[in-house]
Amino acid sequence: MSLLHLLTLSPFLLAVLIPFLGKAVPRLHKGWFAAALSAFVFATLLGYLADVRDGSPIIESFDWIPSLGISFTVYLDGLSLLFALMITGMGVLVALYSIAYMNAAKESLTRFYVFLLVFMGAMLGLVLSDNLLTLYGFWELTSITSFLLIGYKNEKHRSRYGALKSLLITMAGGLGLLSGFILLYVMSGTYRIRELFEAGAPLVSHPLFLPAMILILLGAFTKSAQYPFHIWLPDAMEAPTPVSAYLHSATMVKAGLYLVARMSPIFAGTAEWFWIVSLGGLVTLLYGSVASLKQTDLKGILAYSTISQLGLIMSLLGLSSLSGIFDGEEQMLYAAAGTAAMFHLLNHAVFKGALFMAAGIIDHETGTRDIRKLGGLAQVMPITFTISLFGTFSMAGIPPFGGFISKEMFLDSVIEPLHAGVFGLSTWAALFPIVAWIASVFTFVYSVLFVFRTFLGPRKKPLINKKIHEAPLLMVLPPALLAVMALVLGLFPGTVAYSLIRPAAEAMMPIVTASGERLPMDIKLWHGFTPALWMTIAVVGVGILLALTVRRWMKLYAFIPRRVSINRFYDISLRFFEHITVRVTSLYMNGSSRSYVKYILGFMMLVLGFILYRSTDISYRVGAYAQIAPYEWVILLGLAAAALAVPFAKSRPVAIILTGSVGYLMTLMFVFLRAPDLALTQMVVESISVTLYLLCFYHLPKLRTERQAVRFRLPNFLVAVAVGVLMTLVALAVLGTNPFEPVSDYYVRESYESAGGKNIVNVILVDFRGFDTMLEIMVLGVASLGIYNMIKLRRKATDVGSRHVSHEDDESDDVADRFRKAQYGHDGPIEVPRKKEPWINCVSDLNDKAPEQEKNSDSEFEPEPESDCGLSDSDSEADNSRKKGGDQDA
Amino acid sequence: MPRGSDIFLQNISKIVVFIILAFALYLFFTGHGSPGGGFIAGLMSAGALLLLALAYDIETVRKVIPIDFKIVTAVGLLIALCGGTGALLFGEPFLKHAFGYFDLPLLGKTELHTALIFDLGVYLAVVGVTMTILLTIGEDN
Repeated sequence: MSLLHLLTLSPFLLAVLIPFLGKAVPRLHKGWFAAALSAFVFATLLGYLADVRDGSPIIESFDWIPSLGISFTVYLDGLSLLFALMITGMGVLVALYSIAYMNAAKESLTRFYVFLLVFMGAMLGLVLSDNLLTLYGFWELTSITSFLLIGYKNEKHRSRYGALKSLLITMAGGLGLLSGFILLYVMSGTYRIRELFEAGAPLVSHPLFLPAMILILLGAFTKSAQYPFHIWLPDAMEAPTPVSAYLHSATMVKAGLYLVARMSPIFAGTAEWFWIVSLGGLVTLLYGSVASLKQTDLKGILAYSTISQLGLIMSLLGLSSLSGIFDGEEQMLYAAAGTAAMFHLLNHAVFKGALFMAAGIIDHETGTRDIRKLGGLAQVMPITFTISLFGTFSMAGIPPFGGFISKEMFLDSVIEPLHAGVFGLSTWAALFPIVAWIASVFTFVYSVLFVFRTFLGPRKKPLINKKIHEAPLLMVLPPALLAVMALVLGLFPGTVAYSLIRPAAEAMMPIVTASGERLPMDIKLWHGFTPALWMTIAVVGVGILLALTVRRWMKLYAFIPRRVSINRFYDISLRFFEHITVRVTSLYMNGSSRSYVKYILGFMMLVLGFILYRSTDISYRVGAYAQIAPYEWVILLGLAAAALAVPFAKSRPVAIILTGSVGYLMTLMFVFLRAPDLALTQMVVESISVTLYLLCFYHLPKLRTERQAVRFRLPNFLVAVAVGVLMTLVALAVLGTNPFEPVSDYYVRESYESAGGKNIVNVILVDFRGFDTMLEIMVLGVASLGIYNMIKLRRKATDVGSRHVSHEDDESDDVADRFRKAQYGHDGPIEVPRKKEPWINCVSDLNDKAPEQEKNSDSEFEPEPESDCGLSDSDSEADNSRKKGGDQDA
Repeated sequence: MPRGSDIFLQNISKIVVFIILAFALYLFFTGHGSPGGGFIAGLMSAGALLLLALAYDIETVRKVIPIDFKIVTAVGLLIALCGGTGALLFGEPFLKHAFGYFDLPLLGKTELHTALIFDLGVYLAVVGVTMTILLTIGEDN
């Protein structure tokens, strides 16, 4: 455990402590803890700056599960450091901002800061891990925390919709990412990124290379909201504004860019990588900037603008991959695209963070984010106006802000491919500067309109009489710092160029610095009259013209067909899949535990039977067993008799007692066979499951009257006989075949030597296979909660009768309260709260006429009839215990 | 079963419950060296409480042990997890256990092992799970 590990894990630690700290110091806003921690991590990370600047990355390894080759290796190079500083630096500002923004009296802040801290830790882990699997784990954790934070106001339907959408899309990409990582492992035999870099040429010629690349890019594109996966980001704006500023502009959406940059050394230099990344980015850039203009919500504008800017950086990353196939002078020219990408990454975090916070301030003070209702705020909110001005000018690429420099570098980089002449660029290279220029014009227009329509002009009607004033200091300070930074980055880019940007770009393109020389840094405000500058001048000219005449040509947007949108495709396909899933699931999940047993046994028979049938080296041992003593015969006969009597039992209690006696006789057999552990377990499990049944019958008197004697059914009979025969065969085969050295020898030898225990079963459970046990008790816990919920929630559904949807209510506290009453209260009639709508259905609620139609498909989820429930639940309990008992047999 | 209907069962179980619980405790501590362990001990403790519930009724059990067993499960899982994570602080892999022999007053030379912490987690989780299921189903009328 090194300091870097502790830094990475510290947000998780604080997340655990937050609820207790909140109780200990209730008067202190919980945001201060988060701010203090991120400030501490930020400051500590700054200490690594000197080492990383000189090109010596820091690596700290820690074996997590060595037997599986999973280690938690922290690797801090320029790229990781740039991201880590952005994550923690923005973390400080966002936490400070949220202290003023989030109202402790109205909302549950514990939840908010726990999610935020877990996110911060996951993000740090993502950019610092060297192992693909740990990277993937952290990657998914960011998706989950993002889901939780978007759905923070879970009483609002739009929040739930947005949260689910982001989860589904980013998780689908995450699955692609995992498959891509596994393919990389198949090709190279390692999960370590550093070793993958060295794998080199054999990797590129491998047939799985292209599939791996596409799958990994799928993950990156969904995370970074690239077209056509961008649709989740605008809906993610339902999250509280600090979250939007932090996750959905500065950090999480950049995880995709990080991944592309991180994977560049492996994939760069191939035509597919170049075209997918740069073209995907370019399309997103254009689409985002055009779509942003028709938004009326301030955060909506910023969301599309974020999509567009992410596309810009993505295309730069694609262009920089050309540096892999040239050398000398030309290589440096293309490498400049990588430098531009890193610089713009930083710039974007700065100005977009400031703008999001400004939008939050406007929302907070005026109560609306609709740009059509806003106007003339400059007089009353001069500081926010200045912040927005700085932010938008940096975004539009106007000097002397940081965004101007990186935009210039971007324009330089898109002109460069004109001279490349590879990958078919001689024909298509002209596409790059043209698209980039058009997108820049739109970016300019929406940036200018964003600030001028909000702050200048006359006050609009709804707000004309409202008293609006500047936000409190704590709320203004973080965006003001960012705005100042946007200016500093423009005027003095050297402050970051050599310390942050160069190491990051070099880490992304190790091939450039392979010969030992450093990447030249050409980041400065004045470049002379380059083609890029002329393009910028044209952008500003045309942009001003378009901004002035915006009302005349806005009508053009009406021609874009509404019905054929990706969002619509998402909604329809989601509802379609929901429908199909319900149909398919209800085909076999009919609510009768009897058929489930049949599935389980049937599957077991198929697999085991097939293996027994196909294996040639299995022999069955039929003779040479130990003598069976007379008293053992008695027990065995009793066992057989009890087991045979079960199907003929007339009532359920008799059947249960008969089953129980099978179990108890078994216990006796274990005792004779000198297996005290098994005997103990079997006895306790048997006692508990039998009494559980009896307990059920005391409290469910209706169940006691059995409906009818069980009829003879041939399929059931056949299944039962077949399972019996198969298990006997397996037992004989196990005794007769001995292909490997039995593992029990190892445990017998080692359990005292290396674990200090004499009870092998227990040593295996808690030590050798402790991880299994931990997961098993977790499963048990989940199962018990499941049973609890099934029983406590079941009656509500039947009592309310109709499961009509209503989302205007926020009754979560109420429900919890009634739950407690229901659990601990007196015997009196329990009032039943209304069933909350499951998450999955929230899409269908979007449509106004949906609830009627949904009700039908819902009816298939109708709770099971009373009579079956108690039994099936107790079945599953017994199954769990049995399974556990079975484990002890091992 | 209606309250107070079986006076023999009630009186016997008043004593037997403690014997079972004591035996469960013994099984728990002896688990590493001889038959026993957190899992069996947990089941057995749950069995003792179940006997109480059978002899009296669930409300009595609730009154005698006013604990939310769902929380017991959670605490158990947390202990198991922390017992595993603790190894990380000593630079060992997750869930790595250590043991040693110590001379303790009264007990003499005793083996102490960190696996017991993990086992305690298992014990609490099993008690919590079993009791949650039993009480939930038993209370459902």
